[in-house]
Amino acid sequence: MTSIIIIAITAIVVLYLGLYKVKGALLPVSVLGLLGAEASLVCGWDKNISYFNEMLVFNNYAIAFSILLIATTILIFLMSGNYFEKISSNVAEYYTILLFALTGGITMVSFQNMTMLFIGIEILSVSMYIMAGIKKNDTSSNEAALKYFLMGSFATGILLFGIALIYGATGSFNLTEIAGKASEQPFLFYTGVIFMLIAMTFKVGAAPFHFWTPDVYQGAPTLVTSYMSTVVKTAGFAAFLRLFGSAFSSVPPIWTVTIAAMVVITLLIGNITAAFQQNVKRMLAYSSISHAGYMLIAILLLGQASPNAILIYSVAYSIASVASFGVIVAVKEHKGSDDLSAFNGLGRTNPVLAFVMTVALCSLGGIPLTAGFFGKFYIFGVAIAANYTWLIAIAVLMAAVGIYYYFKVIIAMYLRDSESGESIQLNGSYQFVLIFCVLVTILLGIAPSLITNIL
Amino acid sequence: MENITNAITLVPLNHYILLSSIIFFIGIIGVITRRNAIVVFMSIELMLNAVNLLLTAFSAYRGDAAGQVFVFFIMAVAAAEVAVGLAIIVMIYRNNNSIDIDLLNKLKN
Repeated sequence: MTSIIIIAITAIVVLYLGLYKVKGALLPVSVLGLLGAEASLVCGWDKNISYFNEMLVFNNYAIAFSILLIATTILIFLMSGNYFEKISSNVAEYYTILLFALTGGITMVSFQNMTMLFIGIEILSVSMYIMAGIKKNDTSSNEAALKYFLMGSFATGILLFGIALIYGATGSFNLTEIAGKASEQPFLFYTGVIFMLIAMTFKVGAAPFHFWTPDVYQGAPTLVTSYMSTVVKTAGFAAFLRLFGSAFSSVPPIWTVTIAAMVVITLLIGNITAAFQQNVKRMLAYSSISHAGYMLIAILLLGQASPNAILIYSVAYSIASVASFGVIVAVKEHKGSDDLSAFNGLGRTNPVLAFVMTVALCSLGGIPLTAGFFGKFYIFGVAIAANYTWLIAIAVLMAAVGIYYYFKVIIAMYLRDSESGESIQLNGSYQFVLIFCVLVTILLGIAPSLITNIL
Repeated sequence: MENITNAITLVPLNHYILLSSIIFFIGIIGVITRRNAIVVFMSIELMLNAVNLLLTAFSAYRGDAAGQVFVFFIMAVAAAEVAVGLAIIVMIYRNNNSIDIDLLNKLKN
């Protein structure tokens, strides 16, 4: 809770700094505030503090995911450099909105009451609707904002209907009480669970409710896309798991078939469509759908190992995504395009950028010695423990398809020739973020035990 | 306040559930079939109001205020959402001179 307060106050301070035109202080103040929030979270480890009549409970699960969300936000802020200045002169608003979105994300991972789930999702989503459309005169940014907004509020409506039905069946919004009264009125309860399942898959962008994802990810400014595919997705999955793990843990036999079908469709659609994309940003959007499929496996097979599996996967995926979107931002600013052909010859002109992109894509594809490998390893471990061999077979096959399209970019970077031989100049904090992401990815790939026993 | 709760419970609970479900699905059909962004948006609001009705009915039947408090949360958040949503629609109108969502198909392969 302290962390939410610190971030909200930081956001307001940043807004005032913008009012008084102190442009140089925006980034340092935001990052300092976020570091303060991290510190306050670390202090609450193992304490299990609950707030507001048990509406928010900061257990270790919530704290681990909050730390990840804040760390990702810091990395994205450090990359933003003068990215927002090129869009508009009022930069402070963008930092503020992203910080407010982060408070929504933290609420989502620490809720113990449906009210807080709803409010968290809304704070996060409404902020992201604005961020998707910050390029006011760019038609694709406009389109992304409207699509995200209409689809997002549609999903919110479905979520609320589910919450209302579950309230009708159990008479409570508290997760533990709901779990205790699940069998009182089965019809209302299961209908509510299905509505909530649909809404949550909508929010995390899993098939068959993924259709908004590619358009929104492609149309939004790239830095915002990186925020969506890391912070929003991690918060969504953490909330998903918290909801289904504690409130609906007695329901599995009914939903298993539904979620198993969703996993298969998500993996197939995400990976196979990604293989045909010529635009790298759109390809990563489809690949983010496929990653949602892998993470859904842990929710399908709820158990002791699920929280840890989701956490490891989110860490690996967030860091690799930040790095790969960071490279895309740099290439797009330099060459004016993020098509596959813009990456031709990057290995010769910018060896560092190409190396960062290679490591990030290897991690996304799950190649050993990168963090992504252990992300997939633990997810598959959950499935093997539950005897879902056929699901593993499909998932491994799709991971192979994933490696094919990630390597298309790597081949373009190292084996094709570019037209221009200029190298891309990056500022210090940008380089720091990219190198940091690469180091963490390789470190976790060599020594995964650093994060595997946290939860 | 007692009178209102009593008045609500005069109608059987199933009728409220049916009515809200019907309104909710009218909203869903509106979102799927209509092409004007404002009408789609109105349909979403209809869905939210169906939820409010349902929550109020459940709350009155259970004699538990939590459901009604949730309705206030929904109304407040929906107002914030309307503010952002209308701003986005105005932005689209300025650039396109239209709010037909079929015109938004520039993001394709």
